[in-house]
Amino acid sequence: MTSGGIGRSVSAWAAGAFALFGGTAWANPEPNQLNMTKGAAEWSPYAMHMVALWVCVVIGVVVFGAMFVAMFRFRKSRGAVAEKWTHSTKLEVVWTVVPVIILIFLAHLATGGLTSFADTTNADMTIKVTGYQWKWRYDYVDYKGKGVDQVGFMSKLEETSDRTRQLKSNLDPDKIQVDGYHTYLLDVDKPLVVPVGTKIRFIIVGGDVIHSWWVPALGWKMDAIPGIANAAWTKIKEPGVYRGQCAELCGQDHGFMPIVVKAVPKAEFEQWLATQEDEAKVRKAAQTAQNAPAPAPQG
Amino acid sequence: MAHAATHDHHDHHGAPKGFFQRWVMSTNHKDIGTLYLIFSLTMFFIGGAFAMVIRAELFKPGMQLVQPYFFNEMTTMHALVMIFGAIMPSFVGLANWMIPLMVGAPDMALPRMNNLSFWIMPFAFILLLSTLFMPGGGPAGGWTMYPPLSLQGESIAYTIFAVHLMGISSIMGAINIIATILNMRAPGMDLLKMPVFVWSWLITAFLLIAVMPVLAGAVTMLLTDKYFHTNFFNAAGGGDPVLFQHIFWFFGHPEVYIMILPAFGIISEIIPTFARKPIFGYRAMVFAIASIAFLSFIVWAHHMFAVGLPMGAEIFFMYATMLIAVPTGVKVFNWVSTMWGGSMTFETPMLFSIAFVILFTIGGFSGLMLALAPADFQYHDTYFVVAHFHYVLVTGAAFSIMAAAYYWIPKWSGNMYSETWGKIHFWSSVISVNVLFFPQHFLGLAGMPRRIPDYNVAFANFNMISSIGGFWFGASQLIFLGVVIHCVFFSKKKAADRSWEGAKGLEWTVPSPAPFHTFDVPPVIHDDELAHGNTEH
Ligand code: HEM
Ligand SMILES: [Cu+2]
Ligand SMILES: [Cu+2]
Repeated sequence: MTSGGIGRSVSAWAAGAFALFGGTAWANPEPNQLNMTKGAAEWSPYAMHMVALWVCVVIGVVVFGAMFVAMFRFRKSRGAVAEKWTHSTKLEVVWTVVPVIILIFLAHLATGGLTSFADTTNADMTIKVTGYQWKWRYDYVDYKGKGVDQVGFMSKLEETSDRTRQLKSNLDPDKIQVDGYHTYLLDVDKPLVVPVGTKIRFIIVGGDVIHSWWVPALGWKMDAIPGIANAAWTKIKEPGVYRGQCAELCGQDHGFMPIVVKAVPKAEFEQWLATQEDEAKVRKAAQTAQNAPAPAPQG
Repeated sequence: MAHAATHDHHDHHGAPKGFFQRWVMSTNHKDIGTLYLIFSLTMFFIGGAFAMVIRAELFKPGMQLVQPYFFNEMTTMHALVMIFGAIMPSFVGLANWMIPLMVGAPDMALPRMNNLSFWIMPFAFILLLSTLFMPGGGPAGGWTMYPPLSLQGESIAYTIFAVHLMGISSIMGAINIIATILNMRAPGMDLLKMPVFVWSWLITAFLLIAVMPVLAGAVTMLLTDKYFHTNFFNAAGGGDPVLFQHIFWFFGHPEVYIMILPAFGIISEIIPTFARKPIFGYRAMVFAIASIAFLSFIVWAHHMFAVGLPMGAEIFFMYATMLIAVPTGVKVFNWVSTMWGGSMTFETPMLFSIAFVILFTIGGFSGLMLALAPADFQYHDTYFVVAHFHYVLVTGAAFSIMAAAYYWIPKWSGNMYSETWGKIHFWSSVISVNVLFFPQHFLGLAGMPRRIPDYNVAFANFNMISSIGGFWFGASQLIFLGVVIHCVFFSKKKAADRSWEGAKGLEWTVPSPAPFHTFDVPPVIHDDELAHGNTEH
């Protein structure tokens, strides 16, 4: 509706509906998307979400169905005469016990999901994520059991989006695209680069107020709270660019601190990391040579 | 003394003549009830205006109307005004009007305190709303006021004092309601013959007394953190920001039930009336309300699944939350069974009640999904949650209040409202509210966080649809205003004492409009006249 014709809308709807009924996996928000992403990581709440959704749909059909039948059959205008009964032990037992059984089943599923999510041990890699008003900082702590030397950077909303989102900028959010994907407010100057097929532990903290680090394709969000080190993990299955946003209100630019995770094959990642480490060394050397009073603060 | 006698006599016949005497000095439960209802309707429109600003800014991608900070002020104020200004006071207004009439009492137990608890409210809201015009603006950290963010605001002290005032008002109101129900019932009005609405308010009042002081404590700690160098929530000083969330939600979850239990009561009065059949499972209904109230104290951390609780805590709060679905289900099944085998007509109060049952249940379904902690890692703080709580609060609480207004306005005003316009209001509201909130489920699942003033173009279509529904729903409420004004001042159609064919209960035994004083002498109770007089179960 913001742009493009009806044709595009229709095909987008079709794609959305297709995805809803179990077609292609899509990781980043798509126009007219109806359902949760299956995600790109090993751990995903998608299946549980679908089970819960269908349980609700089935119960809804039964209950609302009964209501509509009642509204049709027991109308005064059709000559219905009110009955007098107000009670039925059998029915009441049924509709107490049946929900309990369904709930136990759901609780069982959810407990499994929680247990696997809580297990952040045996990670091959650790990344520290710090939330600031209104940007993220990423510090690579270790990789394959070895400490990483001074690789860390800020990651904030990329410039075209930032200009476009100013009040009455009159710039068109639709124009901002990367590889055909509309990235308005979902792109950063410097993404977090991670390897696929690697269990990554995130240590998530808040630098000033509470933020929440959320990439839907990874299947979870975790609050970034001052004074508390939260842990979470992911193991990304496929290379790709996965986009998310801060999910906890953190002040005026809360809507403008996106997250981009670029997952690349392991070899490529190792190369990237090595380059970063080298650059860090060069920077450090230059600083010592210059005898700079103090290194830039590291959050 | 002849003079005293005549004076007394006078008191018991009509309302005081002077405007100030009648409304500002009032100790009459009906007038105070009216004041509460007018106040909450006013707040409903003010809060609604804020919502219009929000939906206008979100109409399409890009920032067109307001600065992000002002947007945050709007979301914060919208919630505070709607929760504390519109929903809660309107239930108190209904309690004031109806509880004495329903239990056969001449007035509330503590009439002067009643006056005070109402007249605090306008001052609380003037204080709160005035912050919008101050340098630095109003509170913008969300109605949940999480520190450290909320402490960055300059108007936090005003907000806190306003919250204190509202809390005092609510507690006094609750004490009054409990005292009235427990002490002022007419002989023969046994507890288990009381209308479900009265039961629901009795339980709600206990919830209020239990949790409003907790909120007061939480915000007071915010105040001292901000101005007196305490460090309750300041990590750098050894405090813990998460502590605030625990305290807040210990209040906050019972609070959401404070906003729905009286609604359950209202619906349990209206459906039997228009089904012409007694409520199914009266005792189960009362017991369900009580167990929901109890459970509401042990589920608070389901609002905090993403703060990094220990796994054991997540599991406990998940199970406890899922348990609430059982008594909630019982209520829904009982309403449906009340309709089954009835002889139904569909006047406006019944239409709103049926819509309540269906749409509140949809909100309950999303609630159940949100209760599953691993899935909540995705849902939390997205538009999916926004959709959830608007289904339970707008099509739940607010619809029940409208149903109640249509149901009892003949008793209040002595006139019938226009059924045609009532139905137009209903259909316009029920369609638009779904256009407004249903797409928000999709937005949340697709990945749109809540409380953001601007969004990626992927979210454009559903936001536009939602905004259109929003303006339409907002406009529909002007019809409601019209219907009420017409009914009270212009309607030619007089209401019968028993305004609805199937209506039972003491409130229908007094004239319409209800005279200034009713039940000066306790009524003689005939079980057949009560809505729940013969319910064995
Ligand atoms: C079956 C019953 C219900 C269940 C299982 C349930 C569950 C939940 C859960 C788990 C959340 C937290 C979602 C999140 O932030 O991630 C939530 C939020 C909320 N619920 Fe419910 N809920 C139920 C009924 C209600 C009712 C009856 C009301 C009020 C009338 C209500 C009002 C709210 C509100 C206002 C929020 C959001 C608070 C906020 O973060 O601003 N819910 N609900
Ligand atoms: Cu944020
Ligand atoms: Cu809750």
